[in-house]
Amino acid sequence: MIDTLYVAWRYVAHNKIKTVTLVACVTLIGVLPLALELFLNDSEQQLLSRAELTPLVMGAKGSSLDLAMSTLYFDDEVPDLISMAAPEEVVQSDLAHPIPVYVRFQARGFPIVGTSFDYFDARGLEIEHGRPLAVLGECVLGATVAERLELKPGDSLVSSPETVFDIAGVYPLKMKVVGVLKRSYTPDDLAVFVDIKSAWVIQGLGHGHEDIARAEDTSVILDRSDRNVIANAKLVQYTEITEANLDEFHFHGDPETYPVTAVIVVPHDAKSGTILRGRYMEQDTAYQIINPKEVIDGLLANIFRIKNVLDAVILIVGLATALAIVLVFALSLRLRAREITTIFKLGCSRSTIVRLLGGEILIIVLMSAVLCSALVLIVNHYSHDLVRIVFIR
Amino acid sequence: MDDVAVSELRDAARRNFRITQIGFVFQDFELLDYLNVLDNILHPFRITGALQLSKEVRARAARLAEQMGIGDKLKRKADDLSQGEKQRAAICRALLAEPKLILADEATGNLDPENKTRILDLLFETVKEHDTTLLAVTHDHELLPRFDHIIDFQDFREAAAA
Repeated sequence: MIDTLYVAWRYVAHNKIKTVTLVACVTLIGVLPLALELFLNDSEQQLLSRAELTPLVMGAKGSSLDLAMSTLYFDDEVPDLISMAAPEEVVQSDLAHPIPVYVRFQARGFPIVGTSFDYFDARGLEIEHGRPLAVLGECVLGATVAERLELKPGDSLVSSPETVFDIAGVYPLKMKVVGVLKRSYTPDDLAVFVDIKSAWVIQGLGHGHEDIARAEDTSVILDRSDRNVIANAKLVQYTEITEANLDEFHFHGDPETYPVTAVIVVPHDAKSGTILRGRYMEQDTAYQIINPKEVIDGLLANIFRIKNVLDAVILIVGLATALAIVLVFALSLRLRAREITTIFKLGCSRSTIVRLLGGEILIIVLMSAVLCSALVLIVNHYSHDLVRIVFIR
Repeated sequence: MDDVAVSELRDAARRNFRITQIGFVFQDFELLDYLNVLDNILHPFRITGALQLSKEVRARAARLAEQMGIGDKLKRKADDLSQGEKQRAAICRALLAEPKLILADEATGNLDPENKTRILDLLFETVKEHDTTLLAVTHDHELLPRFDHIIDFQDFREAAAA
């Protein structure tokens, strides 16, 4: 058998282009359905597990999918905003506990999630290094963010402007990294968490600057009356919140009008959840309450319908490729007819000739299997990110 | 042959008999392009269970190649050899199993005079050493005196014509 495999190997090694082509074809037939299966299973597991752990989500009326994807996976697509009046309504109902979530800004490509302390408890997130959020302007990083940006407690991270040309819009805020979360293998690993007030500071709703009532440079004063002092654009706003300037930060307007993208609603019990959902099913309410699991189930149902189509396509392509491989072997046999006749004349049996050809097929299949396994391992390794790229951002 | 009634053997036994007892030197050498010279010489040992590929056989193959003047080309692919070198490799393959009969079709047809003499000497030496029969087909009349029996096909043609 070793001699047969040796001769087969010499043939396979000599005909490199043919071998590479065949290995590529067989690998493709094997890896496509496997990788697709793996990828979709991971998608299902990732999307569903997160959805199952989120009881209800309240948001603006509109696409329930956008709302779920933004709140659960911090999708780039920002749903219509609602105000802080929404969580207040939930509190007033005495049926559930609200956790506001504001996912709109980014820092070096990672979403900034403005939320309350309750979010960390609800998601079971633990601090691995440093400490939790304490004051305005601090941030806690997901494990992957810390790893990729090579940040640790004590470092700082600057929020990104929404658009490069929006000079009158969101100013970057230099945030102090105070903690890094333990890896949770969820989208939380890829997020920068700040207190919701810090998110409003990034938006410009809250800001800090020199006390203009006591400003030494009078050229920054545009107008002064008994009750108000109006400063002009010369007044420098702080881009970093420090212990020294923390007291200078303040918010303007009614806090109930401040925006959030969604509210995670944690009902006191199943009945409370049902009642709450019922209330927001009416047409004249400004908000909707969705059950993320139902939304994600719907998304997955569509994905698996597409998968069935893909499976059929892969099957047809696989059959066509298999036929092409058979054709290549058949043509190869014809080209090798003289060689086969020679070894037959020397005294080689038909079974040995079959073994020689079988050895070549075995080597090609083994090489394809190794390549296929390597590719599947790579897909498996990157499937988490791949799911995010395909479904989330 | 050797008191064996070949025609009475079953197919497998006949194949084993052929590969162990008969060495072939084909007119077109029939060396495999994907094997190097050494592997080509050893090839009959790799395609049958009737011959065992041992260290001794490998050493004999190297020795034969050395005697044939291709000892330094054992790692070369068959396609990289000259016609004469290919023929010598084919002869080595035929001799390696030390068969009782060698069937040679224009065994020295592609060799220059010097190599032809050398190869023939080796062939006849091996034949004598192992009490082997060499049955050769040739157009080269210079070779005829070295054979014990000569059959001229012209005689058959004339007989058939008569």
